[in-house]
Amino acid sequence: MSKHIFSVLVQNQPGVLAHIAGMFAARGFNIDSLVVGRTEDPAFSHMVIVSSGDDVTMEQIRKQLGKIVTTVKIRDLSEQKCVERDLMLIRVHCPPERRGELRDLTEVFRASIVDVGPSSVMIQLTGTEDKIEAFVELCRPYGIKQLSRTGVIAVPRASQEREHDGPPAPAARPPRVRQATTSSQETAVPLPPS
Amino acid sequence: MAAKPQAAPSAPPQPVATSTATPQPARTGAQLLVDVLLEEGVEVIFGFSGGAILPTFDVLYEAPIRFIMSRCEQGAGHMADGYARATGKVGTVVVTSGPGATNLTTALATAYMDSIPMVAITGQVATAAIGNDAFQEADVVGVTRPVTKHNVLVKNADDLPRVIREAYHIARTGRPGPVLVDLPKDVQVKTASAGCNGEMNLPGYRPRVKGNSRQIRLAAEAINASERPVLYVGGGVISSGASAELRQMARKGNIPVTTTLLGMGAIDEVQDADLALNMLGMHGSAYANFAVQASDLLIAVGARFDDRVTGKLETFAPHARIIHIDVDPSSISKNVDVDIPVVGDARSVLQDMLPLIEYRDRAAWFEQIARWKAQYPFQYQQAPEGTIKPQHVIRELSRLTDNDAIITTGVGQHQMWAAQFYRWRFPRQMITSGGLGTMGYGFPAAMGACIGVPDRQVIDIDGDGSFLMTCNELATAAEYRLPVRVVILNNHWQGMVRQWQELFFGRRYMASRMVNPSFAKVAEAFGCTGIDVRDVRDLPDAIARMLATPGPVVMDVHVEPEENVYPMVAVGKSLHEMEMGGMA
Repeated sequence: MSKHIFSVLVQNQPGVLAHIAGMFAARGFNIDSLVVGRTEDPAFSHMVIVSSGDDVTMEQIRKQLGKIVTTVKIRDLSEQKCVERDLMLIRVHCPPERRGELRDLTEVFRASIVDVGPSSVMIQLTGTEDKIEAFVELCRPYGIKQLSRTGVIAVPRASQEREHDGPPAPAARPPRVRQATTSSQETAVPLPPS
Repeated sequence: MAAKPQAAPSAPPQPVATSTATPQPARTGAQLLVDVLLEEGVEVIFGFSGGAILPTFDVLYEAPIRFIMSRCEQGAGHMADGYARATGKVGTVVVTSGPGATNLTTALATAYMDSIPMVAITGQVATAAIGNDAFQEADVVGVTRPVTKHNVLVKNADDLPRVIREAYHIARTGRPGPVLVDLPKDVQVKTASAGCNGEMNLPGYRPRVKGNSRQIRLAAEAINASERPVLYVGGGVISSGASAELRQMARKGNIPVTTTLLGMGAIDEVQDADLALNMLGMHGSAYANFAVQASDLLIAVGARFDDRVTGKLETFAPHARIIHIDVDPSSISKNVDVDIPVVGDARSVLQDMLPLIEYRDRAAWFEQIARWKAQYPFQYQQAPEGTIKPQHVIRELSRLTDNDAIITTGVGQHQMWAAQFYRWRFPRQMITSGGLGTMGYGFPAAMGACIGVPDRQVIDIDGDGSFLMTCNELATAAEYRLPVRVVILNNHWQGMVRQWQELFFGRRYMASRMVNPSFAKVAEAFGCTGIDVRDVRDLPDAIARMLATPGPVVMDVHVEPEENVYPMVAVGKSLHEMEMGGMA
């Protein structure tokens, strides 16, 4: 099992999201998160889909995404270095006397307090999924009243540019499904009668 | 209407466009649709009318396109599919919204599973009514998304020419498939702006035709080095028109060829009988399955390692390296891990590979295959006096049509016997629902084939269960006097279901018995010819009479009711672990 981040450029048309989500559902692929947004060109939207599973499944996801007519470009970002960000708004139970400790915590994570109520504060945090999840764990003892996350968006780093302008690197070969047998080995499957 | 301004005032002066010779009169959406259909070379449309598609039908009233009205939208879809399979052209079907479109979904799914080029145009309620649960409204784009290669709802008449062109382009290129265009009623009526741009806009759709030369060289080297190669050929060879190249490849390299159900006819089983292993898989020949299992190199061309072909995956072709040539990258390494993938059109790849292929003697391999062929031919036990074995009917049909008819089938035992006992000689000769396994497919598909290829005999070899699912189309066959012939192997069972219940469910025959009408009388009631055959001695004359009848004819052949299809690879078994049914 490994986590893969697919960056998918799609034509900005009605039904594209349903098509992609439907393909995942119909083929039993898992979606950890899916983010859609506009790009600098109104004709295209950008999706970032996070999924996890074995290599064969990930390879199929990439190919099946490519098969959808309205997808323009697919990259598996886990094959390259990229910046990934998730944004979270979290409302934590917090009586006024504990605001100080929460503010310290917020500073350590470079988060910011965006709303304060009589018995709660709302904190905004961006970062990788790991960082966000670590912060959520630290908030848990206070009592989480509400939590909302955008899901991951990701863009490859500049140092990668040359690579991904060329043809995609061949994916690692998935493990053999069939029993591998070589001529030197004792054959696992008997030959048909001669 | 006010005259249009010459140019937008702010627009910079433009050179005069090329196509401004005469100003085009304003066209409605429906007119633009039919314009593009004509431009795409559509010669026949199959369909059924209804409220939401009436404006389009009104334009078709005077269009120079033949219209075949089916009696159910499913039939129209299968007719378009049969037409497409027989001719290689894109089949076109036009139906109405809601129930018209949902009836069509089975035909779309059938075409999608077998990669058949089709364009379906469905009426839709007016754009203002969409989402309001209007009369005969259904979310057709939503319903058909998983069973089409592409589908689209058109909301603006200006988009129509582009969308229809894209639909035909997508349907026929790459791995072909059905494309659906959902057309609201108001869009059909609305006047499009003059000179709306009909250029295709498919930035992400670039099917790969030419194979990677390095992969092709690797494949050729593996082929030249192999001692026991087998070509495993599927429908991709038919759809890309690669059967000539395939034959050259098999001859030049001296490689035996086995075909899938959809690949039948890719190689001439009579002329190239020395190379042909016939069908492989669950009900394939023993020699094809043995050859695959014993091979050291399996060359899959336009085939997708379906579970009915591979049997138990873990022990499929256990000694073989695998080359996979396919236009659809997602087919590669989906079910079976592939050693040398080549993404590209079968014909183009084989053409590029041919010069690199060297002749090899492979005498021991061909001797082994000859022994298997001699020992395990397709065969059946002789019937008791007078009664009719279903396999015998196919053999007689094959003989009396000189192996030259186009054959369609339903789904079940009769389909497998047709594949086994008819001798396939040319591509597009066998028309059958392989992937989806749609009972009732054979008869309407045969009608579509009749229209596409009027100069050849078209025979639907059908089962009683299958035929009853779409026999309402007898009315269509009678109306258009189509020279379609139906041979029903009538065993009064859903035969394949009965066979599985016999073998795997202790003969507990749950809902598989068929209480049938007299099919000959049914045919006559529809205005077709009916023939009833109960004695094997009457069979040759009956077939001759059927072949000589000009109009639609149904021949009801009462066959041995409890005959089973063998060889059979049970689910979960390896390909070489066949039940021979006492045949060997």
